[in-house]
Amino acid sequence: MHHVIVGAGPAGVIAAETLRKKSPNDSITLIGDEPYPAYSRMALPYLMAGDVAEDGTYLRHAENHFESLEINVLNDSVSQVHPADHSISLKDGTGISFDRLLLATGASAIRPPIGGMDSPRVHNCWTLTDAHRILSEVKAGDRVVLLGAGFIGCIVLQALVEMKLELTVIELADRMLARMMDGPGGNMIERWCQAKGVKVRTGTAAKNVVEKNDSLEIELGDGSSIVADHIVCAAGVRSNTGFLEGSGIKTDAGVLVDWNLKTNIDNVFAAGDVAQGPDRSTGEQQVHAIQPTASEHGRVAACQMAGDPMPYGGSLSMNVLNTLGLITSSFGLWDGIDGGDSTRVEDQPHNRYLRLEFRDDVLVGALAIGLTQHVGILRGLVQTGVRLGEWKKRLMSDPSQIMHAYLAKVQGTRA
Amino acid sequence: MYKSLVIDPAKCTSCLQCELACSFENEGVFNPAKSRIKVFEFEHGLTTIPYTCTQCEEAWCLHACPVEAITVNAQTGAKEVNDSICVGCKVCTIACPFGTVNYNSSTGKVIKCDLCGGDPQCAEVCPTDAIVYVDADWTGYSKMRDSALEAHA
Ligand SMILES: Cc1cc2nc3c(=O)[nH]c(=O)nc-3n(C[C@H](O)[C@H](O)[C@H](O)COP(=O)(O)OP(=O)(O)OC[C@H]3O[C@@H](n4cnc5c(N)ncnc54)[C@H](O)[C@@H]3O)c2cc1C
Ligand code: SF4
Repeated sequence: MHHVIVGAGPAGVIAAETLRKKSPNDSITLIGDEPYPAYSRMALPYLMAGDVAEDGTYLRHAENHFESLEINVLNDSVSQVHPADHSISLKDGTGISFDRLLLATGASAIRPPIGGMDSPRVHNCWTLTDAHRILSEVKAGDRVVLLGAGFIGCIVLQALVEMKLELTVIELADRMLARMMDGPGGNMIERWCQAKGVKVRTGTAAKNVVEKNDSLEIELGDGSSIVADHIVCAAGVRSNTGFLEGSGIKTDAGVLVDWNLKTNIDNVFAAGDVAQGPDRSTGEQQVHAIQPTASEHGRVAACQMAGDPMPYGGSLSMNVLNTLGLITSSFGLWDGIDGGDSTRVEDQPHNRYLRLEFRDDVLVGALAIGLTQHVGILRGLVQTGVRLGEWKKRLMSDPSQIMHAYLAKVQGTRA
Repeated sequence: MYKSLVIDPAKCTSCLQCELACSFENEGVFNPAKSRIKVFEFEHGLTTIPYTCTQCEEAWCLHACPVEAITVNAQTGAKEVNDSICVGCKVCTIACPFGTVNYNSSTGKVIKCDLCGGDPQCAEVCPTDAIVYVDADWTGYSKMRDSALEAHA
């Protein structure tokens, strides 16, 4: 049996390793198009901040890691998939045949459709090449506009501040982290950033960018403009599905996959940022574009490909983020559900916030700011769907008792 | 078969020796806030439960880590954080459904139980044997693990 994996990011690498464990005798080919050893995009901010060198972003550290597992690694780009004859084409036309195929091609950064985005002073911050370029071209003290204060934008923000840049953040939505934080939480983060000297302008969009002398003039929707040396763009990503055109493999925002991470074509699977797979909370197909989902997908898909499925009930959407020292996390349906119950504690002076959302007596989502101890229990409770019984009432009046509720209900501790 | 920390809450008197020993062994300070084992109190101390990582087979933290900073100690089976590789992204802290990986803001890295390399100090100092380090085939322990696994299937 020959397994071919396209894309050597976290999803592809974990799938290859899992396949090797499950199917010791099968052959495995892992094809990635970036000119580096397999690395993690999410380690890039730490490279930019100077915390680690390039090799600190690598997914695996042992020399000959892939050789020792007999995983055949190709540095090449796949340009087409031909499901009918079980083969793929590399960009030079070479064909490779497969018995099982995993699409793990991740996503790419996109730029807003406005004028001036093609200037060499505009940078993405998505790949190792992007990070190297920012590090070589953007210097301490430079005026930088960060476009986008979503999850990735806020992670990049931290690195840009550590690079000692004069930073202004522009966010179209009415608050920072609009898709992982509610109003009170988003405002807490914005105030925190402002207090740390980062200018944040929410609720306004960049309309046009003009290169002037050695700088950029960014015109905003409210009629004002900002002059900067560079723009760093964190305004969204798109799943890499282009090479599937004409293959018959169904795509929407990403490659559509079922509860087994299988596409509409037999023997073809998808995992990670390219996959639009089942969300654990809603059952709907979603592109999560987060590391925990990529690694879980990699394992689940590989087990399927090896013919030894592991139990899987969809991936849970969750995030954790450090914004200039303020630690934020979100889990599942943090915005609540119709007919559900909600409770919050907000401690503005200490920048702490906790919000819990329930369906009956089951925790379905949570938000936390300033919580670093035992925070994973929020995942545990949401993911297991454990009935909290009398503990729900206690949590409604004191959400901070989550760990106690877990011990009482899951570990069966009498209390 | 690896040995495991087995905890019997009924024997715990909430003396917090385990927290002190853990933080001293691992962080060089007697500070329960830096302990990897935590004693939770119920009903104002009527019931107390020492709680830490069970070194689960699934190792959600290890799988989620983007830079292979968490690895398995071949001698003890413990999932250990390698500080020199950890970038402090905290993904493991939300991935662990048991809530046993914690962020340490003073180092910018995460901490979790590593069984003290095979000589866990919490078990060593516990005066009532509420925490013992024994062969892992003890039935109560596997029950605890099973319920955890069931919950995540
Ligand atoms: C700056 C930054 C910070 C982040 N921080 C976090 C975080 O804190 N938490 C979190 O959960 N997530 C974070 N993420 C997101 C996380 O990195 C992604 O979810 C994860 O990388 C997805 O893994 P993947 O394997 O699906 O895709 P990728 O990592 O994108 O890997 C896919 C690989 O496939 C290659 N490829 C694409 N097309 C082809 C082709 N046709 N042929 C061959 N190879 C191809 C790509 O070049 C790439 O190397 C961050 C991302 C960035 C950029
Ligand atoms: S905080 Fe450290 S150990 Fe945890 S996932 Fe991130 S890099 Fe790995």
